[in-house]
Amino acid sequence: MNVISTPVGQSVSRIDGIAKVTGQAKYAAEPHPPGMLYGVVVNSPIARGRIDTVHDAAARQVPGVVEIMTHLNRPHTALFEKAYMDGLGVPGAPYRPLHDGEIHFNGQPVAVVLAETFEAAREAAMLVRVDYERWPHNADFKVSLHQKYMPSKTRSNYVPPRPRGDAARAYALSTVQVEGRYHLAPEHHNPMEMHATTVIIEDDGAFTVWDKTQGPQAVQAYLAGALALSKARLRVRNPYVGGAFGSGLRAVYNVFLATLAAKMLKRPVRVTLTRPQMFTHVFRPEAIMDIALGASRDGTLQSMIVEGVTDTSRFEHNMENIVIWGLINYRCPNATADYKVAPRDTYTSSDMRAPGAATGVNLLEMAIDEMAYACTMDPLAFRLHNYSDTDAMHDMPLTSKALREAMAQGARHFGWQRRSMPPGSMRDGRELIGWGMATGIWDAMFSPTSARARLGQDGRLHIATAASDIGTGTYTILAQTAAEAFGMPLDRIDVELGDSTLPQCPTEGGSWTAASAGAAVWLACLSLRRKLIDMLARSKNAPPWVKQDTVTLEGGILHDVTENGPVSLSLPDALSLAGYDALEAEETAKPGLRGKISQMRKARFTHSAVFCEVRVDAELGTVRVTRLVNAVAAGRILNPKTAASQIRGAMVMATGMALHEESLMDERVGRFMNHNFAEYHIPTHADIPDMDVLFVNEHDDEVSPLGVKGVGEIGMCGTAAAIANAIFHATGRRHRNLPITPGA
Amino acid sequence: MRHFAYSRPATFDEACHNAGHTRFLAGGTNLIDLMKSDVERPAHVIDIGSLPMHHIEDQPDGGLRLGALVTNADTAAHPLVVERYPLLASAILAGASPQIRNMATNGGNLNQRTRCHYFYDPAMACNKRSPGTGCAARGGRNRIMAVLGTSDACIATFPSDMCIALAALNATVNLHGPDGERTVGVRDYHCLPGETPWRDNILQPGEIVTAIDLPPAPFGPHHTYLKVRDRLSFAFAIVSVAVGLCMKDGRIGRGSIALGGMGTKPWCVPEAEALLDDRPPSHSLFRDVAGRLLHGATADRDNAAKIRLAPRVIERALWQAVSGTPQSQTDKTIR
Ligand SMILES: Cc1cc2nc3c(=O)[nH]c(=O)nc-3n(C[C@H](O)[C@H](O)[C@H](O)COP(=O)(O)OP(=O)(O)OC[C@H]3O[C@@H](n4cnc5c(N)ncnc54)[C@H](O)[C@@H]3O)c2cc1C
Ligand code: SF4
Repeated sequence: MNVISTPVGQSVSRIDGIAKVTGQAKYAAEPHPPGMLYGVVVNSPIARGRIDTVHDAAARQVPGVVEIMTHLNRPHTALFEKAYMDGLGVPGAPYRPLHDGEIHFNGQPVAVVLAETFEAAREAAMLVRVDYERWPHNADFKVSLHQKYMPSKTRSNYVPPRPRGDAARAYALSTVQVEGRYHLAPEHHNPMEMHATTVIIEDDGAFTVWDKTQGPQAVQAYLAGALALSKARLRVRNPYVGGAFGSGLRAVYNVFLATLAAKMLKRPVRVTLTRPQMFTHVFRPEAIMDIALGASRDGTLQSMIVEGVTDTSRFEHNMENIVIWGLINYRCPNATADYKVAPRDTYTSSDMRAPGAATGVNLLEMAIDEMAYACTMDPLAFRLHNYSDTDAMHDMPLTSKALREAMAQGARHFGWQRRSMPPGSMRDGRELIGWGMATGIWDAMFSPTSARARLGQDGRLHIATAASDIGTGTYTILAQTAAEAFGMPLDRIDVELGDSTLPQCPTEGGSWTAASAGAAVWLACLSLRRKLIDMLARSKNAPPWVKQDTVTLEGGILHDVTENGPVSLSLPDALSLAGYDALEAEETAKPGLRGKISQMRKARFTHSAVFCEVRVDAELGTVRVTRLVNAVAAGRILNPKTAASQIRGAMVMATGMALHEESLMDERVGRFMNHNFAEYHIPTHADIPDMDVLFVNEHDDEVSPLGVKGVGEIGMCGTAAAIANAIFHATGRRHRNLPITPGA
Repeated sequence: MRHFAYSRPATFDEACHNAGHTRFLAGGTNLIDLMKSDVERPAHVIDIGSLPMHHIEDQPDGGLRLGALVTNADTAAHPLVVERYPLLASAILAGASPQIRNMATNGGNLNQRTRCHYFYDPAMACNKRSPGTGCAARGGRNRIMAVLGTSDACIATFPSDMCIALAALNATVNLHGPDGERTVGVRDYHCLPGETPWRDNILQPGEIVTAIDLPPAPFGPHHTYLKVRDRLSFAFAIVSVAVGLCMKDGRIGRGSIALGGMGTKPWCVPEAEALLDDRPPSHSLFRDVAGRLLHGATADRDNAAKIRLAPRVIERALWQAVSGTPQSQTDKTIR
């Protein structure tokens, strides 16, 4: 037996790994209830207008077709738009699938073909013809910039920038000035598993909905609202999720349509999206940032002016925190920022890994690099010179910020001190070598979460919470946390996640799951342990040495040392002596009074320092990333192995952001045209060098009960900028548009 | 995907004499994708997998015959190909992924269709897919589209890597059709779009590619396949160059050069190649060759970068060939 005395902090391999590689892990499109219908969605090829006529006669002729559901024949749904609101809090009027004949975006579902086989459904879907009345639209971000606005009601997590000093004046007076427009192309999340839903109808008529989502309880609430179904008769499950990166934060149309069809036809239904259809819903918004930086000759930042715009749809006001990061992270006496959204006739952009910061931090860190060079200062030295120990925007202390240590350790590991400053000065044959760096910052969040711990006669500890493991390792770190809190070997712990009936947990996102669900599991296990010993001590059958304050629980066995030597008791024996078949405890982790006060008085972030080496062909301009080092300060690291995987995965994604990923919008039709993996380029192995991830020691028991900050998104922040900055160092050419593609 | 009939004939005669809307199925890596996307809608799929075209054969003249059904992977790994036609092996390995090359066949590679986004998306106008509907790629997102050999009707790039090497090697395509057999030079095999962009090549209904013949290649180590693409592996060419040079005492005797990623077909310009005849290598010569190759290149909305990039890629490829240091397809450093 593999007993790890302090399981937290160990590099434990995924406990769900075997289930995944042997195909036992079931994903949303895998349950196969008898009598299941296959649904294939037909999407609109136009961006705005109205459906004139749906010609479905030919499609209905295809053998096996059962129904073609459109806005004309769909069953009753909720009357009010409000009922379609989801937990993400994007203000506006949510899109309502098949609500009426109006088209709001290219790719909007206009019909669902339901058939006995997938092949029949797909063939029939190709035969559905729809006539549209076309209305004028705009899908061009450059045009929509002229209509940018500040929504009257802001998104719930939106942080308004707080100006300080007189940035315009300070800029005008600055001896060194850098000014430019920086741009990020829209990107799609493209998790490996495509969005899918299987609706099972239970014997009592209740629905069990398997959905690819990051929040089973959020989908349950959404479906209950939008489809006017009773929550009690609606269970949503997502035990395994093949990546999501934010694409599963909001309910995607497949879950609505599959459940609606099941309601209509009273049969189980599965709807899966194709890869091209993955380009018909959420995406990371296109963004511009106009940045003006002023500094004195000695490299002291004097002024920072950041104006950012991201796109949104015509019907919702998606907002991101893109402009605040520099104001928070740099000590600069005068700073101001402005943020607006620009509407276009597309689906609503929304959160993709490190939403806001992936855009804002990377674009700003490219400008900071320009400023360092304008001051002829080493980019690392420049950042240290302007380092802020507080949240400079809110003028608030931080629970912790080991960024200085991260910079030092990252630089040492990378060998930064050997860098020669002038661009183009490092060369190997035909290749120019560039070293660039950037810093990263992301929120460290904690949300109220509940978890249950249950000890059964089999001596196993069962942990349950409605969290989602979207591939990050949540199963594993929760098992480690439970093992340590309860005193149980890891292999006697079962973790159950991804089910709306389990104790409440917020949607997986924002890197808060480890801190929040971890704390809930910790509390539930402590509580269960206390309860077990209490019950046992009270029972008349129990040995006399069992007392709350002396007995220990270690390796899944109760121990004590008495005058007569050590004594012990197995957990199944303890349960039966106490007179129980099983014992359970449920706890909710939420900030207590002290925590609430801390949240008001102190800001909390994760930080990182990223170092990159690129090699650029001197004549062809082709770029190879040859080294990446990321030093991360994220509080306590529960599992260095899964945590480092998170950082590495994000660094791969950020390499895509820097060099490859771009959803190509054809504005004339409002459609993303490179909607497949042959033409939407994500990095391949050949594009990714060895990556070194260092975790910096950062002790912080204020940020969350376990001292955890979360690591899911920080790897995105700064990495793309480090690559762009390295390209500058190699070539002397500044790129202000991401991605930087061949010939750019 | 729509319903279709399927057959797997054992003889050429059966395979060739099929009326109606048919498509031959080889590795399926292109055809099946297009059927799933509702771009290809054959009524009858004829699986040619049982026809005897599975071998690579030595030829009396020192050349090789590549069976149409030999996979791209097996072709690139074949000892005689590696020995005599490293340029071809290199071009094949520069394309797609190992998995795809394991399925893809030589005949399929020759006949693969464009990757134009608009061709692949039946919601969009496309003269190649639906004659007469127009060309949505013009004025659209066309950074991957062609700049050479385009017409008003179509600007689609011919996407193959393998065929660029075949063009530089002056290979011949052997065909078997309802009216018998014929051969066509690979440079004449693909068509310019002109007014008839739906015709990718000269293949007549019922005609099957049986083999590709390679004449002896006198280039020794003086060849290269240099490909610039959006990522370092598994992406189609933005610009690629296949070069073979006959070097004698530091001079170029004769040169063969073809461009990929740039044209609506593998792009060869005999006048550009003739500039190399009996000349010492030099920057100005190579600049002239590039200029001649790119003569008439026209960009649309997004693809001007190709025209800027191509001369540099051509010159580099020529130097690689001169120095006998062909581009490695595993080490991504461009030497
Ligand atoms: C994701 C992806 C990336 C790729 N990247 C590259 C790349 O970088 N470079 C590159 O060069 N290629 C690339 N390819 C294309 C690949 O090389 C082709 O798909 C492959 O060569 C086609 O061969 P096949 O045998 O699978 O053809 P099939 O799909 O079976 O057939 C393709 C076409 O050829 C016809 N055909 C096949 N054999 C014959 C024959 N003997 N006679 C007459 N007609 C025939 C078929 O009817 C069909 O129209 C990529 C493909 C994919 C899917
Ligand atoms: S370029 Fe050719 S293939 Fe592409 S849309 Fe135009 S006609 Fe079709």
